Amino acid sequence: MSQGFEGRDIISIHDFSRKEIEHILDVSKKMIPIAKGEAQDFSLKGKILSPIFFEPSTRTRLSFETAMNRLGGSVVGFSDPEITSLKKGETLADTIRMVESYSDVVVLRHPMEGAAKLAADFTEKPVINAGDGAGQHPTQTMLDLFTIWMEKGAIDEKNVVLVGDLKYGRTVHSLACALAKFGANLTFVAPEVLQMPKEIIDYVQEQGVSYSQSDNLEKAIESADVLYVTRIQGERFPDPAEYQKVVGTYRVDNELLKGAGKDIIVMHPLPRVDEIHPDVDGTPHAVYFKQAFNGVPVRMALLALILGVVK
Amino acid sequence: MKEIKVAPIKNGTVIDHISCGMAFKVLKILGISDANVDSTVSVLMHVPSKKTEWKDIVKVEDKELEPIEVDKISLVAPDATINIIRNFEVVEKKTVELPDVAVGILKCGNPNCVTNSREPVRTEFVLKSRNPIQLSCSYCGRELENIVDHII
Repeated sequence: MSQGFEGRDIISIHDFSRKEIEHILDVSKKMIPIAKGEAQDFSLKGKILSPIFFEPSTRTRLSFETAMNRLGGSVVGFSDPEITSLKKGETLADTIRMVESYSDVVVLRHPMEGAAKLAADFTEKPVINAGDGAGQHPTQTMLDLFTIWMEKGAIDEKNVVLVGDLKYGRTVHSLACALAKFGANLTFVAPEVLQMPKEIIDYVQEQGVSYSQSDNLEKAIESADVLYVTRIQGERFPDPAEYQKVVGTYRVDNELLKGAGKDIIVMHPLPRVDEIHPDVDGTPHAVYFKQAFNGVPVRMALLALILGVVK
Repeated sequence: MKEIKVAPIKNGTVIDHISCGMAFKVLKILGISDANVDSTVSVLMHVPSKKTEWKDIVKVEDKELEPIEVDKISLVAPDATINIIRNFEVVEKKTVELPDVAVGILKCGNPNCVTNSREPVRTEFVLKSRNPIQLSCSYCGRELENIVDHII
């Protein structure tokens, strides 16, 4: 390990080497029985986590809180900026300096890019970025990697198709970079207006993995091991008619999946709207709810590592 | 080649080898306008240069540059040289150097970057490439376009 995990901030997936991410995945796997309540471990007893959420979140906040509780720790925070001093005009820097005196680790979601790094600048306590604007959401990327690794046994050389809003979706940017770091073969499927930004393509190329861009989902999934679907957000389109046209093109249903290999897994960071038909839910392909559960063991692993109870 | 007919200065700074057309940007960085200077400022534009064919030169009397001003000049004129003149003699000659990390001298172009809010934070940009100059914000990661327009 190039540097230890204890006391470390988790701001961007780029701050972690492949070896470090692999270690996080190993620890996450060991956390599964505890995350399910089948085993007990109270090694974070006496530790306090502060979730500071300036934007709404369901899965991320609940899974962090569940992770902390499963390991015997406590949670003291807020998820409604309307009732906090932010409304009175307090800066994030001041909020963080106040919160650090109450807790051992801060989990932050904020609407502005770079907010997590700023928070980390103002506290000695570790800060975990739970999404900063259109920026990074590293723990989502880690749980996505964990899901592929658990379901497929490896990430290297797997054929991963990313479909949906590849231009604005923050999860797919970090995920594409991380998958490239792990040597997965990538296919980006989106209408041209929502294709992957150039800087992400450049990064993928630098990693030397094979990648392709397409607007044909049917063809792309023929040899895919993983289909990662993201929501296309209507607010990104100036013309609602254009949105309707695009959103219907990439709907995943059992008919479409007939053209894929029988072992393909379908992932989605959730919430979904109608990108995946509910009929897919009952098939072995659907792993998106398992993926949402995986947020718990992965976040348990991260909390245990940065609070120093696991090396 | 004809000699340049601008009188030597007694005390002050000569900024030579400024990229052609950037002299006024350098004046802006130094905060020089006709209303606020008591000494002579000479601006030479489109001057023949041995190194780069054409260059600009700025001479400012009775002023020596602050390190932060030198850092800012490096962003608009990466090949500039700074000559400190005391009593008509060049007492110090140095080339500007692009800093690996530019702190507090540039504004991020991303309106949703936290450094553009009212947080008490200095901007920070990491140098990704020297030629062409490429800088990215340490906070939001956005690469800076039109660097000259974002100098604080």
